[in-house]
Amino acid sequence: MSDFISANLPYLLAGISVGGQYALIAIGYTMVYGILRLINFAHGDVFMVAGLVMIYTTASLPMYVSIPIVLVATVLLGFLIERVAYKPLRSAPRMSVMISAIGVSYLLQNCALYFTGGLPQTYPSIPWLSNSVEIFGATTKMVTVVTPVLTIILVVVLVLLIKYTKIGMAMRAVSRDFETSQLMGIKINSVISFTFVIGCFLAAVGSLLYFTNYQSVIPTSGAMPGLKAFVAAVFGGIGSIPGAVIGAFIIGICENIIKGAGLTTFSDAFTFVLLIVILMVKPTGIFGEKATDKV
Amino acid sequence: MSDTKNVLHVENVTMQFGGVVAVNNLNIDVPENQIVALIGPNGAGKTTAFNCITGVYQPTNGVVEFMGEPIVSAHPTGKMKAQYKGENAELYLKNRLINPTPDEITQRGIARTFQNIRLWKSMTVFENVLLAKHMRAKQNVFSATFRGNAKEEKRMRDETMALLEEQGLDKYKDDLATSLPYGLQRRLEIARALATDPKLLLLDEPAAGMNPQETQELAAFIKQIRDKYNLTVFLIEHHMDLVMRISDYIYVIDFGSKIAEGVPKDVQANQRVIDAYLGVAEDE
Amino acid sequence: MGKKINNALNASVRSPLQKDDKRTDRFVGVVLLAALYVVLFLLDNFLPQNSFTLMMIPVLKKGAIYSLLCVSMNLLNGFTGLFSLGQAGFMLLGAYTYAIFTIPVDQHATVYQYFDGGAIQFSIPEAIGSAIGHNAGSWIGAIIAIILAGIVAAVFAALIGIPVLRLKSDYLAIATLGFAEIIRAVFQWSGLGVITNGSNLLRKYTNLASMKIGSLSFATMFPFLIATVCIGIIVLLINSSYGRAFKAIRDDEIAAEAMGINLFKHKMMSFVISSFFAGVGGALLAMYQTTIQAAAFKTAMTYEILLMVVIGGIGSISGSCIAAFLYTACNEWWLRFLDSGHIGSMSVPFFRDGFRKVVFSVIIMVIVLFFSRGIMGDKELSFAGLVRKFKCRKAAKAASVEAADTDANNTKEAE
Repeated sequence: MSDFISANLPYLLAGISVGGQYALIAIGYTMVYGILRLINFAHGDVFMVAGLVMIYTTASLPMYVSIPIVLVATVLLGFLIERVAYKPLRSAPRMSVMISAIGVSYLLQNCALYFTGGLPQTYPSIPWLSNSVEIFGATTKMVTVVTPVLTIILVVVLVLLIKYTKIGMAMRAVSRDFETSQLMGIKINSVISFTFVIGCFLAAVGSLLYFTNYQSVIPTSGAMPGLKAFVAAVFGGIGSIPGAVIGAFIIGICENIIKGAGLTTFSDAFTFVLLIVILMVKPTGIFGEKATDKV
Repeated sequence: MSDTKNVLHVENVTMQFGGVVAVNNLNIDVPENQIVALIGPNGAGKTTAFNCITGVYQPTNGVVEFMGEPIVSAHPTGKMKAQYKGENAELYLKNRLINPTPDEITQRGIARTFQNIRLWKSMTVFENVLLAKHMRAKQNVFSATFRGNAKEEKRMRDETMALLEEQGLDKYKDDLATSLPYGLQRRLEIARALATDPKLLLLDEPAAGMNPQETQELAAFIKQIRDKYNLTVFLIEHHMDLVMRISDYIYVIDFGSKIAEGVPKDVQANQRVIDAYLGVAEDE
Repeated sequence: MGKKINNALNASVRSPLQKDDKRTDRFVGVVLLAALYVVLFLLDNFLPQNSFTLMMIPVLKKGAIYSLLCVSMNLLNGFTGLFSLGQAGFMLLGAYTYAIFTIPVDQHATVYQYFDGGAIQFSIPEAIGSAIGHNAGSWIGAIIAIILAGIVAAVFAALIGIPVLRLKSDYLAIATLGFAEIIRAVFQWSGLGVITNGSNLLRKYTNLASMKIGSLSFATMFPFLIATVCIGIIVLLINSSYGRAFKAIRDDEIAAEAMGINLFKHKMMSFVISSFFAGVGGALLAMYQTTIQAAAFKTAMTYEILLMVVIGGIGSISGSCIAAFLYTACNEWWLRFLDSGHIGSMSVPFFRDGFRKVVFSVIIMVIVLFFSRGIMGDKELSFAGLVRKFKCRKAAKAASVEAADTDANNTKEAE
């Protein structure tokens, strides 16, 4: 037993860490889906852009300036995407909005390709996070330990925010019933913008942690983590924040254990197998609520 | 009514959503060739009852028989076993569950219309009716694609045209279905339902949104198609005058439960029905 | 004013003229197709190779293949209303099936060098070729392999469809996307390497571009021929009773079900047929590229096809074809200069590698946001309709001029 643990501990640790990073992205998906019923395909690419911004700002600025810049720039980007690409399609069929999201994702990837020239960019090592640390006999980076803690703190803050503030209440109302809340005088557009702002802020934090581990950014870096985070959101029950977090940890851990078993090719595929299984067995996810269509 | 055959027999049907009982222990018989109405105030559970018969919902408990054969059969299962608030669950526990999809019900010969008109918006009037014949066609996807079904296709087109002419819709045949005036859209929806060759026609508020003149025409129209196509009609309606004029028998439900039934004259005089519609003052 | 007249004219003359329209369109269509094939034939055999034709021929080939891929996606997304993102997966299945079964036996040792020459020790073109001669065998064998490619994709679609087609719109999208990713991972797995060659390239399979009949080449014509036949079949399907059933499901699922249309059966049909043609398209793509690798069949490929469908108009076959050619031409030819860093001899500051793609995605976003109906909307290209529209516009213009004149006269008189 102890052999098994010591053999798998590095994978388990990596899994928890990646899971936390996925969780930070997954919250953006789940919140946007909860309110707009939209799979924001561009969210993973926003995450990638955050990584690139970090690379370009640290090239000329010190770390303590560039990190806030990354956070602000990512939030602005998310806000802008919502205003330009989703807001005009508020009354359009759902398929159009999804296509618009795919278009934005394509645009962001191509812009990244243009700026990077297609070459992988090396992510700067953030001083304290990149330090080595030893836990239970396994050596790992500080970020592995920090991620789950930071994730939990941020999620708790977010849940409190949604539960006790006025804007949080508005968000809950909008996700319940879009039209009625509009009629009740909730400023729908600011609620949606706020949702995107939170989602992108968390994605930016996630990108700081994620790329510290992976060390390089390419234009398609965001696609896979994005999809996995979305699967995590579905797994946990879309619209539910604790669900997304739990789903993300499960996916992160399973994925790394599969890698540890020497089946790296299937670590991505596993996520989707999990997705299909959950959609078959319980389409509403672990914490999702059932909705019936009216005829 | 013992001498006539029942086309539709609804037995102890209960529909419970979570803790809410939308239809409670409903029993209805619709005899052949008659026009039977289901009335009740808003939210009484009329459309839910329809949806239980047509396979849109699976009822929580009860049996629906069509032409003497069970088409829907249910009893509380899983979580609902503990939550169930209705009656008669023990009657059906041993029955095999029958949970058909709406198209299977339509195949058997029950056609319906919708409260909020549901025509196919990108298709013409002609195509809307033509497609209702799709279900009964013998073609398969290969014969249809490579035009091996030319004879059948022609037959379907001819029948559709004939039906449109009978319904006075032939001059609109190439117009988009949704471009028709409201009254004609209702009529088209009925024509579309007729194209499936039903034995029983379920009409969900056919007179909704119509003025008295149109309603009067509709009444005549329903009787006329009943006679012409040898149909049995079961309808939900709000317009009392329409119901009273054409129905052979009326069921009244309120809060999901049946509160009265009988021929129009009796129902009209029934105090519980009047109370349900007009409300009872608390003080008295 | 013009619009009103236009509408009035349309309404009054619509039904009697519609039959004639169809006939004219069919006639014009056949004539144009025949002309196209003559041009392709000349292009393949008699035209000189210069920089112009060198750019154009790949665009034409790829355009034809992408037309088929777009139309097959449109059948599912546009006509049946199922938002599926599994296209790349089915293309991969088709491409691999085609490649695996047409690699000549004596080439297996080189292609499957890491897997002891692979497990499959025959090739369809050779098997047939041994009976009826090498050249004829290659042609017939390749066509059989292409059909097989479609069938394999269709069988997989049927298996995948059983669980996923019960899901609602966006869940369906993400589940099909997931399946495409799973297929991609499985094909890269070294455990199946004896068949799929793992993550290595498949190459040396039959490529009809280099095959000749007598001394005549059909390199460009061949993909067009297959695409035309396949698109033709899809058009026939869409105009049949089943095509109408698909549209009904798109318009209103509940009404379709209530009118006796079995949702699952029809969705499955559309999904399987669409995947069949995606598989055929994948096989053609494999032939066009001469080498394939599972890693390339990413979600981005599906997105690209989806965007082409959107540009052409969701629910329009002719729109999809136009968009496929336009997109390919811009991507590979007309907008190349954006990457080269200069226009003519003038160097432009922002122009460098990747700028074309940026411009491209901006154009796509503009279309998605402001012209969401795309080039054709859900209408089909109709020559008779175009001519009449043109005439109507003229008539309307004349009428409005006249009206303006009378107005002017009236005001004059009033004065």
